[in-house]
Amino acid sequence: MSTESGPVPKSGVAEDVQQGPRIAVSALVTNLREYGLILALIAIMVFFQYTTSGTLFKPVNLSNLVQQNSFIIVMALGMLLVIVSGHIDLSVGSVAGFIGALAAMMMVIWPLGPFSNPLVVSIICLVVGGAIGAAQGYWIAYHRIPSFIVTLAGMLIFRGICQALLGGGSSVGPLPVGFKALSSGFIPDVIGSLTLIPPVVNAAGKTIVGSGLTLHMTTIVIGIVAVLAYAYFGLRARRSRERHGYQAEPFSLFVVKTLVTSALALFLVYQFATYRGLPIVLVVMGVLIALFVFVTKRMTVGRRIYAMGGNAKAAQLSGIKTERLTLMVFINMGVLSALGGLIIAARLGQAVPAAGLGSELDVIAAVFIGGASAMGGVGQVIGAVVGGFIMGVMNNGMSIMGVNVDWQQVVKGLVLLGAVIFDVYNKNKA
Amino acid sequence: MASTILEMRDITKTFPGVKALSNVNLSVEEGEIHAVVGENGAGKSTLMKVLSGVYPAGTYDGEIVYRGDECHFKGIHDSERRGIVIIHQELALVPMLSIAENIFLGNEHASYGIIDWNANETRTSALLKKVGLREDPKTLITNIGVGKQQLVEIAKALSKEVQLLILDEPTASLSEKDSQALLDLLLEFKRQGITSILISHKLNEINRVADKVTIIRDGRTIETLAKKDISEDRIITSMVGRSLDDRYPSREPDIGEVVLQVKNWSVYHPIHAERQVIKGIDIDVRKGEVVGIAGLMGAGRTEFAMSLFGRSYGRHITGEVLLNGKPIDVSSVSKAVEHGIAYVTEDRKTYGLNLIDHIKHNITLANLPGVSRHSVIDDMRELAVANDYKAKTNIRSSSVYQMTGNLSGGNQQKVVLSKWLFANPEVLILDEPTRGIDVGAKYEIYTIIARLAAEGKAIIVISSEMPELLGITDRIYVMNEGRIVGEMAASDASQEKIMRAIVRGEGKAS
Repeated sequence: MSTESGPVPKSGVAEDVQQGPRIAVSALVTNLREYGLILALIAIMVFFQYTTSGTLFKPVNLSNLVQQNSFIIVMALGMLLVIVSGHIDLSVGSVAGFIGALAAMMMVIWPLGPFSNPLVVSIICLVVGGAIGAAQGYWIAYHRIPSFIVTLAGMLIFRGICQALLGGGSSVGPLPVGFKALSSGFIPDVIGSLTLIPPVVNAAGKTIVGSGLTLHMTTIVIGIVAVLAYAYFGLRARRSRERHGYQAEPFSLFVVKTLVTSALALFLVYQFATYRGLPIVLVVMGVLIALFVFVTKRMTVGRRIYAMGGNAKAAQLSGIKTERLTLMVFINMGVLSALGGLIIAARLGQAVPAAGLGSELDVIAAVFIGGASAMGGVGQVIGAVVGGFIMGVMNNGMSIMGVNVDWQQVVKGLVLLGAVIFDVYNKNKA
Repeated sequence: MASTILEMRDITKTFPGVKALSNVNLSVEEGEIHAVVGENGAGKSTLMKVLSGVYPAGTYDGEIVYRGDECHFKGIHDSERRGIVIIHQELALVPMLSIAENIFLGNEHASYGIIDWNANETRTSALLKKVGLREDPKTLITNIGVGKQQLVEIAKALSKEVQLLILDEPTASLSEKDSQALLDLLLEFKRQGITSILISHKLNEINRVADKVTIIRDGRTIETLAKKDISEDRIITSMVGRSLDDRYPSREPDIGEVVLQVKNWSVYHPIHAERQVIKGIDIDVRKGEVVGIAGLMGAGRTEFAMSLFGRSYGRHITGEVLLNGKPIDVSSVSKAVEHGIAYVTEDRKTYGLNLIDHIKHNITLANLPGVSRHSVIDDMRELAVANDYKAKTNIRSSSVYQMTGNLSGGNQQKVVLSKWLFANPEVLILDEPTRGIDVGAKYEIYTIIARLAAEGKAIIVISSEMPELLGITDRIYVMNEGRIVGEMAASDASQEKIMRAIVRGEGKAS
């Protein structure tokens, strides 16, 4: 999570410089949703840490958790934009399954020569995903067919093609090792590992001091750099506000927030470093999250998507090309669905007909838990990411606890309902 | 002698951080038409919501005495049972249901849950007759105009055996003719003994029908005037707390070269392709000039403006647009904006604002490149721009981070205006710029228009309020049934002249 270098929360900031303490409170209140969500995630993590007797935060399990859920979060980034723009995409699970099958066929079955190289195949698959998004988005944007219907059709179509491609119920594999690294690989330790405290062994062969813990130093360095960058950009945003004569949030609040976030990030980085380092898929995900935070918060295209979701007619009459924008949102979703499909296939090491089955619902749930509005115009990238992690930690924790899969669904459903009720209640109170 | 039907005493209602009403008193006598006036945000609608139970008893202080009983309404059901019916500004009809279905929605003639359609329709016919609406009860709401929908709302109120009818700005979206009909209906009801509370901005209407006027300002009762004391000046003085000697700001027109010229502009209806809505219009506007377009509802003024603005209305659009003598392409909104044309909509909530976003984001929406570099928005620059326009157009809000959905109509209008001012257009088309906003805010909008003209913008104002056009424009086009039927300098124009042009135009058309 060290990649969340979003700007300082801007809401709740008044222009009056004299109102320090009041602003602190109002900043807290207006961001309650955001903080509340992160607190909920931490509470859930602590709960499972306790009920799984400490298994949850074990380095090997953290790596698993990331590898199992990254595809949900990657697709949730696209889904957030779809939902903010006032639409829905039910086809993402099927598209992911289809792309996985396509990738496997290209790498394993079809004699494509140099084109069966994992990197080439991945690029082709992302392009195909974008094309699928464009095909669906075209009907939604230019012919005003409801997205629910278009993507419901897409869900059926691409699941069908996925199964047909794999020749009925069989699976295709094994996939090349180089491709599997996307999901199960770790970043190489270019700096070299460091043994923390060399163990001192007594005559009887028992360790007296030192854990003998080996740290993945590249991971540590990346973690520290990311945290420093986070603090630097936060500070710079503050400076900029002050230089322009606007009151930023109180310094104490800023410091506490930065410290807590950094400490949490460093703790997680340390845990990864004691295992095999950062999973590649976590790095990919982190970069994408940072990119989408930037696009939604700072770029004109992001602003236009929110405006379109809030009031499409007003956006159109403000000169925004709403049709093209909708098409772009669905192309983006298609590319991310394809990436999700590649991640699933890489993790399983093979393409199976049921890959990604039902994952569209997890993705949509993550976005709604993250506070997006079904009416469009409202939702945050960080919310969707945290929502995705909440779902992931619950999946992982309940599995370790040995909760039956049936009951896991019930609990997830209740959490989704509870989160949205909390949201609506909060809004009505305000 | 008439007795008091309703007495609201010391009503105080607070919202988090805002005191919307403080010790408001309102006393209404049986059988009168009692007008309640005040600026937008003065608390009129809040007071009516307290009365009708939208804000249930216990969420406000003070007491409501209706027909001698102290009432504690817990919801609109309670107040409707006592014959108090409120008709809101935004009509609450279901568009895809018929008139009869709407009138008896939730109140159907039914036994054991099975609806007796014959009884419903017979009763509907009787009710429609009472309100003077000649429509089949089976007609869908979506197929009748706003004026008729208003009558359906009133018929619905009658079906509930209304004794105290509350109308919240009923004529805001009606044409002159429909408004007159509605006011006549109120007078007819008065003869039948129905008491009405009329909330309105239109002082001439109040002059015409009201027996008493209560003026509210900043959540307080200022005064209640009896019929003989009612005068526009007196009401305006009380409403704004100062006397408005001049309702329109004075300006020295400095008119230059022709900026915008539209030639032989024709538009067909988007659905009924054979219907020509705009029939070959030629107009021009000069630098620093304010040009008015007068006409009745349905004359095609909005359709003309929107078709001009990036083909936002209609199809088979033909004609030529010249800017500073050169033909320009206005086939999409973004192209029109690029050429420096801006259109401020008549319906700010539906077409003008993103109501779930704050002022800052709304102001910069039409000109995001103006606050960004390489498509990255400069937050500080945007904030500075928003604060600048907030000050320039005098938007009243706690900060630019307030949701536009929570602003009063006048302030919303200023946000929409700011949005288009920031886009820095050469030609500004304002469609009903003061609809539904109060006297004080109107004056501010007029001042902004005058300032823009002085800065050399070419301005077109579409308005149904003739005094407004006469007060702020330099030249007036009169439009009727898709044609320009008259053109006159504002100095020579009068309401009668405009009406005569319309009537003559109608003769020509038929």
